Amino acid sequence: MTEKMLTRQRTRLSPKLKEGLTGYLFILPWLVGLLIFTIYPILSSLYYSMTDYNLLTEANFVGLKNYMDIFTKDARFLKSVKVTLTYTFFQVPLKLGFALFIAMLFKGNRRGVNVYRSLYYLPSIFGGSIAIAIMWRQIFGRTGAVNAILKSLGLITTAKSWIASPDTALGTLILLAIWQFGSPMLIFLAGLRQIPQSYYEAASIDGARAWRKFLHITLPSLSPIIFFNLLMQTISSFMSFTQSYIVTGGGPTDETLMYALYIYDTGFMNYRMGYASALSWISLVIIGIITMVIFKTSNYWVFYESKAE
Amino acid sequence: MKVKTSRKITTVSFHTFIILLGIVMLYPIIWMVASSLKPADEVFRNAASLIPSKLMWQNYVEGWKGFGNVSFATFFKNSFVVTILAVIGQVISSAVVAYGFARIRFPGRKILFAAMIITMLLPAQILLIPQYIMFVGFDWIDTYLPLIIPHYFGTPFFIFLIMQFIQGIPRELDESANIDGCGKFRTFIQIIIPMTLPAIATTTVFSFYWKWDDFMGPLLYLHSPMKYTVSIALKSFSDPSSVTNWSAMFAMSTLSLIPSFVIFLCFQRYLVEGISTTGLKS
Repeated sequence: MTEKMLTRQRTRLSPKLKEGLTGYLFILPWLVGLLIFTIYPILSSLYYSMTDYNLLTEANFVGLKNYMDIFTKDARFLKSVKVTLTYTFFQVPLKLGFALFIAMLFKGNRRGVNVYRSLYYLPSIFGGSIAIAIMWRQIFGRTGAVNAILKSLGLITTAKSWIASPDTALGTLILLAIWQFGSPMLIFLAGLRQIPQSYYEAASIDGARAWRKFLHITLPSLSPIIFFNLLMQTISSFMSFTQSYIVTGGGPTDETLMYALYIYDTGFMNYRMGYASALSWISLVIIGIITMVIFKTSNYWVFYESKAE
Repeated sequence: MKVKTSRKITTVSFHTFIILLGIVMLYPIIWMVASSLKPADEVFRNAASLIPSKLMWQNYVEGWKGFGNVSFATFFKNSFVVTILAVIGQVISSAVVAYGFARIRFPGRKILFAAMIITMLLPAQILLIPQYIMFVGFDWIDTYLPLIIPHYFGTPFFIFLIMQFIQGIPRELDESANIDGCGKFRTFIQIIIPMTLPAIATTTVFSFYWKWDDFMGPLLYLHSPMKYTVSIALKSFSDPSSVTNWSAMFAMSTLSLIPSFVIFLCFQRYLVEGISTTGLKS
């Protein structure tokens, strides 16, 4: 009798413990994935960054040599940081500005806006694909459509390749990125619809012009969404790879050598896995700093509405 | 009277502006489709034109033959296999984890949730090299495993999206199911899943887009042309030093966009709403 009761007690878990275990059971896939596909690789990459590993021979520990080399002797590293920062600095604000501009045009309930919205979103659906990157390369090439149009308009006389010229190559990549403004546009559009109409009405009574309403009502109300878009776009801009790999191949003379492309080149073309790991870690720190700066400055320009209830 | 005309002028100029800008914006896509139907020697000779001198459907037949004795039928099949298997894993695992975070109280929940948000901000390139070394160790190179298996462990972005949605479902529903003797697992399957379908649809569509377009994965892990997905096949096919038939090349490029386009048409409304809500709530 007593023995039976004891076993029963052991198998029956308290409801709280049971709920806790069920919780872990549900998040288990993510937890396992986190350990295998994120935490372990990050830690092992820290170790590899201090070796001369090349996939073929044993890794030798070299201490901080890779990092020292990167900071003191590596001109391509500096170049790729410069290229990536320039790209991000132009691409992200221009894309967000354009997305907001289009969202402002589409915010009313005019006829046809739904169709326009979908059409304007189309480049973003296709934008990440290889097909589009190849098309972009050919359209901006010497014999491409851009030159043909400019020539027929009489704007240029001699055709040059936009992709092979050092002064325009990065510009074509920036343009390709701006062209894919669809997602921030939709997010802005949703944000614009959340701003209470009464704000604008009150401003109208005070005699405010459209531009002032935009500056003093629209922008502050949208600031949390601008913040979100800015953060996401900056991080993904830093990782952009496919476009420069296909469109310009990093050239001419490293003018479009994106950081991710440089890591790829070092690791997978030259098999310098240790060195490439050190490069990855440096990019993690750079992105960490940029993210922190965005978060810190957000105190000054992001306004959260306190819900009055 | 005067107000009416001025309003009419604004409307007309609005539509004119939007349509003109729209044409400029869609021009590259239309150009690609037009080039896929032009005679091969016309693509760059008459580059700006959007109207082929005659329609060459033959380009599609030529392009479909592929290269190195592997046709695009194989590449498309490979892409569909990889994409569908990855999407299934991503959607199911993300939904399961999302339910765990959204509805069950367990110790450590807050910290783990914070960890998940941090991994969302983690740049993927930090994982590139060590994951490759790890997959070499698993002997997974030149197989589809590195492109599929990691998706079976939930993706933070999608977990977060589905979580937001689950939190909008009234808790009373779960509780009444609980009183009826439903365990957590049955509540999840019978109550939560059916009510979360919009979020699951959004996840499926985005997961499909990203996987279909994925280039870096196949570039790193697939070596034999028989196993190529469409994106990596197009890249090999388009090598500027070897392409002679550009219209066949653009024909295959156009085909590669069709799956995404069809999904876009079917889920268009859904998507627009989905992006809007997820963007806002974070």
